Amino acid sequence: MNPPDGGHAGGAGLALALPGASRRPGGPPPVEIRGLWVSYGDRPALEDITWTAAPGLTAIVGPNGAGKSTLLRAILGLTPAQRGEVRLLGAPAAAMRGRVGWLPQRAAVDWDFPASALDVVAMARAPRIRWFGPMPRREREAARAALAEVGMADHADRQIGRLSGGQQQRVFLARALAQEAALLLMDEPFAAVDAATEAAIVAVLRRLAAEGRSVVAVHHDLATVPAYFDQVLLLNRRVVAAGPVAEAFTPQAVAAAYGGRLLRFGETAVLAEPGG
Amino acid sequence: MSLGHNTLVVLLGCGLLGLAAGTVGCFALLRGRALVADAVGHAALPGVALGALAAALLGAEARSLPPLLAGAAASGVLGVLAVQALSRTRRIREDAAIAVVLSAFYAAGVALLSYVQTVPEAAQAGLARFILGQAAALRAADAQLAGLVALGCVAACLALYHPLRAACFDAEFARVQGLRTGLVDLALLGLMVVVCVAGLQAVGLVLVVALLVLPPAAARLWTARLGPMLLLSGACGAASALAGAAASAIWPGLPTGAAVVLAGGALLGLSMLAGPESPAAARRRRRREVAA
Repeated sequence: MNPPDGGHAGGAGLALALPGASRRPGGPPPVEIRGLWVSYGDRPALEDITWTAAPGLTAIVGPNGAGKSTLLRAILGLTPAQRGEVRLLGAPAAAMRGRVGWLPQRAAVDWDFPASALDVVAMARAPRIRWFGPMPRREREAARAALAEVGMADHADRQIGRLSGGQQQRVFLARALAQEAALLLMDEPFAAVDAATEAAIVAVLRRLAAEGRSVVAVHHDLATVPAYFDQVLLLNRRVVAAGPVAEAFTPQAVAAAYGGRLLRFGETAVLAEPGG
Repeated sequence: MSLGHNTLVVLLGCGLLGLAAGTVGCFALLRGRALVADAVGHAALPGVALGALAAALLGAEARSLPPLLAGAAASGVLGVLAVQALSRTRRIREDAAIAVVLSAFYAAGVALLSYVQTVPEAAQAGLARFILGQAAALRAADAQLAGLVALGCVAACLALYHPLRAACFDAEFARVQGLRTGLVDLALLGLMVVVCVAGLQAVGLVLVVALLVLPPAAARLWTARLGPMLLLSGACGAASALAGAAASAIWPGLPTGAAVVLAGGALLGLSMLAGPESPAAARRRRRREVAA
């Protein structure tokens, strides 16, 4: 596989803090939430979330069942909220329909669907084309470029079910890129991916940040939070802590979010799995 | 057997109907709506019976089709709404809701039918042919109408190609992109109802679902791309409908629905064995790779 970006292909573990280019003061916050409540039936999933994301790369971190995915879905309007207000890039969320990039969990779709990798990425260009007829060449080229950026140019014509898990994740990433949105939401982009895919995702995140775009991603690997992200939201149904990683991502806050199951916290965080 | 004008028109109408069912069925299958199509078909029966009764009361010609089809469409839609209402309770899952609605509506239809048979004016409508289908009983004008409606459905599928594909592959992503997937689903459901109702007389309401499901299932075994799958599915649908109509013309005792399904089933069986995207082909590929 070709490294997706020669400058950043140095392996995930070596990633350093991000350049300040991603922080452009003055612009509206990418995500602004006030008093958000979400519940599934009688079971509360999110309680009174008030949170403002700063521009750049933000990780949402918390234990299983903390409502991380629910928060992203509520921001997008996919899961209805009982109460609360969401503003994206300074506008009401409803007005931003179609202008937010989205990378869902891989299990969300049927990978047996009769489509090639290029077909899937090209679907991101749907708002730019008519309802029928062939995809215009310009849009196909945009989709091809997005695939190339994640190192998948050679697999463009392959049926998506014949790709590996990591390759499927990169197709989803390319689709989110091809949306060309100023704000991207990602649900566990690094879940169960190979090293090449992880490097590709990191390179893409950096490019987006350098272009002044914002990413809010659910992230499950505490060890890589400081390396990959500028900001963090520690979530456990409620906001436990939020802010720049250096300030908010403290051992105390992480322990509070995870209910004290954290064993050791030095340069890297180590989470004790139950019984592990 | 010589082909008269009427037979020719009926065959053409059935072929177009199969084409439409294969095309609409492609999206229905990919959207996971195959069972809903079955519910629409079965739920049409009480509407057919009520339509015949209404026509008889109003003094319309017994064999006139519009009141029957209007009744079929209305109760088919009602059936779908009932499925949605039941599955929204979260206590009954969609598959169970479909089973409930399908059998309840069909039972109501059978009960109504037994009453309708005692009303002489309505009994002449020959409603039994709607259950298993009897293409030979189609009049040229009916077949023409069915053919035109079928062409309209194909045109609608092509016009909505990108929204339908987006909703079938990843409805949530499509919503995030601003597509109103509720409306797209409604359009797909509408097309399914229209195809089912248009095919009632030719294929019968019990088996009309097969015309929507068998062709795309067979087509998927030959290709991994949606465009070719649509074409192939339409062709498979047309071929099975034509074969079924022809068979029931040759053997008058054979219900068209059964003949159509047998033809479609044969195509699917063939595709399972010979289609390059079939599990059998995948096994052969793996064996070759291991040997190489």
